[in-house]
Amino acid sequence: MEELLNELKEKFSSVIIEIQEKDYPTLICKRNGFLDLMKYLKDEKGFKYLIDLCGADYLEYKYKNFEERFEVVYHLYNLDNKILLRLKVRVPEKDCWQYSVTPLWRTANWFERECYDMFGINFKGHPNLKRILMPDDWEGHPLRKDYPVYLEEEQEWKTYKEFKEKIKEQS
Amino acid sequence: MATYLEINKKQVKEEKWEEPFYLNMGPQHPSTHGVLRLFLELEGETIVNCAPIIGYLHRGVEKLGENLNYNQTIVLSDRLDYIASAANNTAFALAFEKLMGLEVPRRAKLLRTIVCEMARICNHLLWLATHALDIGAMTVFLYCFRDREWLLNIYEKICGARLTHTYVRVGGVRQDFTQEIIDELYKFTEEFPPRIYDYETLIDVNRIWLKRTKGVAVVPAEDAINLGLTGPVLRGSGVPYDVRKFKPYDAYGEVDFIVPTGKNGDTYDRYRVRMEELRQANRIIRQCLDKLPETQGEPVVAEDAPDLLIPEKIRKPEPKPVPKKGVIFKGEEVPVVPPGEAFASIESPKGELAVYVVSDGSSRPWRLRVRTPSFVHISAIPYMAKNHLIADLIAIIGTLDIVLGDSDR
Amino acid sequence: MLEKLIFFLIAAVILLVIALLHVAYLTYAERKVIARMQQRLGPNRVGPRGLLQPIADMLKLLTKEDLVPYGVDKPIFYIAPFISLVCAGTGVALIPLWEKFVISNINVGLLFILALSSLSAYGVILSGWASNSRYAFLGGLRASAQVISYEIAMSLALLSVVLMAGSLNLMDIVKAQINSPYKIYLIPQIIAFYVFIISAIAECNRVPFDLPEAETELVAGYFVEYSAMRFAIFYLAEYFGMVVMSALAVTCFLGGWVGPFEVPYVPFFWFLIKLYFLLFVYIWVRATLPRYRYDQLMGLGWKVLIPVGIINLFLTALLKLIF
Repeated sequence: MEELLNELKEKFSSVIIEIQEKDYPTLICKRNGFLDLMKYLKDEKGFKYLIDLCGADYLEYKYKNFEERFEVVYHLYNLDNKILLRLKVRVPEKDCWQYSVTPLWRTANWFERECYDMFGINFKGHPNLKRILMPDDWEGHPLRKDYPVYLEEEQEWKTYKEFKEKIKEQS
Repeated sequence: MATYLEINKKQVKEEKWEEPFYLNMGPQHPSTHGVLRLFLELEGETIVNCAPIIGYLHRGVEKLGENLNYNQTIVLSDRLDYIASAANNTAFALAFEKLMGLEVPRRAKLLRTIVCEMARICNHLLWLATHALDIGAMTVFLYCFRDREWLLNIYEKICGARLTHTYVRVGGVRQDFTQEIIDELYKFTEEFPPRIYDYETLIDVNRIWLKRTKGVAVVPAEDAINLGLTGPVLRGSGVPYDVRKFKPYDAYGEVDFIVPTGKNGDTYDRYRVRMEELRQANRIIRQCLDKLPETQGEPVVAEDAPDLLIPEKIRKPEPKPVPKKGVIFKGEEVPVVPPGEAFASIESPKGELAVYVVSDGSSRPWRLRVRTPSFVHISAIPYMAKNHLIADLIAIIGTLDIVLGDSDR
Repeated sequence: MLEKLIFFLIAAVILLVIALLHVAYLTYAERKVIARMQQRLGPNRVGPRGLLQPIADMLKLLTKEDLVPYGVDKPIFYIAPFISLVCAGTGVALIPLWEKFVISNINVGLLFILALSSLSAYGVILSGWASNSRYAFLGGLRASAQVISYEIAMSLALLSVVLMAGSLNLMDIVKAQINSPYKIYLIPQIIAFYVFIISAIAECNRVPFDLPEAETELVAGYFVEYSAMRFAIFYLAEYFGMVVMSALAVTCFLGGWVGPFEVPYVPFFWFLIKLYFLLFVYIWVRATLPRYRYDQLMGLGWKVLIPVGIINLFLTALLKLIF
């Protein structure tokens, strides 16, 4: 495990910013060159299984020591050596996109669609980036920190409001 | 309508009078196990392309989890995979305990294992009942429900609820087992294996069942790992990945069980894997029950499990400072959880259920992410259903064992 | 002349009423028997032991709202259930119940019943097309192909019986059975009997061949858009088909009204016993077996049953030539 982390740090020193040792080794990476790192991990090091891909919003997080707002978190697992790695990529709010790993792991397709739906992060290279859990014409990205938990009357879904009015007219 | 299909480049046929035939197996359908919508492109009866559309049961568990205490989010977790809710509770509790650095007493670990394995039996019985019913054998449905009723009655004695238990809490379990429950569980483990044999004799050697399930939806091992399939679906393809053996949690390190693995990766192999898991679950419950008297008298909750009160102020930013629904706040906000993040995964009956939680020192999670197996399995339906008939599609949905509460959260 | 006409009219009406009662109580018997096989009780609330359940069902269906969906082909939509019912129900008139009683003793009775079952395929196809729905369309397609394929197998099985008996008249077939050394044609024609039973189950769209109306896949297939009384007519037509096919099997293979001993005052006793046994076999098969997939179903019909029927025909002809 130690050798693996050292080797990665040497080889991809321009991509990896930091290696943290929390419950699982965490690699914090830059966006450029990220796809090469993932390809190396998948093909050479045998991390064939992508457990999870999610986003996190760090607006006004108390212990924050970086500037970007969003983070995309990847959890990779090596079935032969039983190693779990966590990779994080920081995505700023203005320039909200990230490379898609769908060509490498097909399971990332729906994970990235959900990340786009909930946070608004675009994924370059994704074949079909649409909303998945919310209706197709929803406005706003629900899991952001400035999106309210309870919606007011005026902010309700447009399609539903039109539907209610149509029923009122007919009856 | 065609924009629902994920493949954008379609081969347009030269003859203009041939149009593709679209069929919508809508959200309301007797055999899609919930509100799953499948948009099919058919050619005769063969499926050329298929696009699953989910989101009809999305309740915002991840967003709600950011506004509730750690102990309150366990209630939310019940409703994810509502058939085996003890497993969901365990996943959340494990992640939170990792975050807080708690050590759970041994008796609580044994009790948790027993409840999780009972949930596994309940889930597999329901799976067998609905799978057989979809393929046409009606009698298996009622036989399986007879045993499931027995287990649900035992659950009612344990924690008061039949379906959404909330028995496993952060730091241990809610309350101890009484002697009556232990006796009844012993009786169950005695009488269950002959009944599994009953179910098998009803369908296993039936030629029609074998024809309907052998060779249907074969998934080779490489593709299965790439698609992210886990649980019995992956093990049916020959990969022996089981979270209980690879990353042991609770009391699984102490008990002795085997992990059944299939060979071909078709529907029949997944069926046999799950039937064998029923027997193994029975064995695990038996071993845990035998170990319970050693830990008699131990507490069932960790000593330093936080007694989480509802805090006074809501986290900012919010458009309005007071919420509408009239929750009463008392007490002060006490920093109980060290800031950081944790990732924990368990072997739920459907696959690998993983929880990733980020905390900021307050008594509520900052980000709660639940990776559910049904979400990933539904995304694998287009791959598995290519060039199969509609009747096979029903068998495929049955063999993946999806629950829409699990996938839509 | 007039007396004969009145006699036949009264006999026809009585037979029709009895047949309808049989069909109605067949639905009740099916629910009770399947329930017992699944370790539960069936309907037992309405009337003593649930015996008034079919009447309750009929009243419910009569008072339901009759929905006609938008965009259907109205004349065909209205007529299709009646085609099914008439074609299924007319066969009752040809079955000899006991030695001196058959409503219409025509010389081509067997052929007439086969022709009626072919006509009932029209009811299925037309209802599938006329309902403006894709599910109904798929169900209608499947049903029509299935009915046509299994008719051939059924005809081949019955042809062997005709060869042995020497006539298409149903009364003569039973009389030939009594006079032959085997007493019932089941013993020499056991292969034909099995082929006939399997094809009969497929003709009536029952499990394991009920893909056209599979509940869990096509949500009732070709009659998905029918409600209330029209649905009841389709339902009755299916059970009528069951009764007619079982009666045909009893007549051709099991010896009609013959039994080991004579029961006084009740000449149709043995006929009814054999009929009830065959209906029980239908219900038993429904409770036990899963459902065939569509291509496996067609494979069974064309690749297995038709060759077996042809071989049986040749064997029968050969044996008749030799002996």
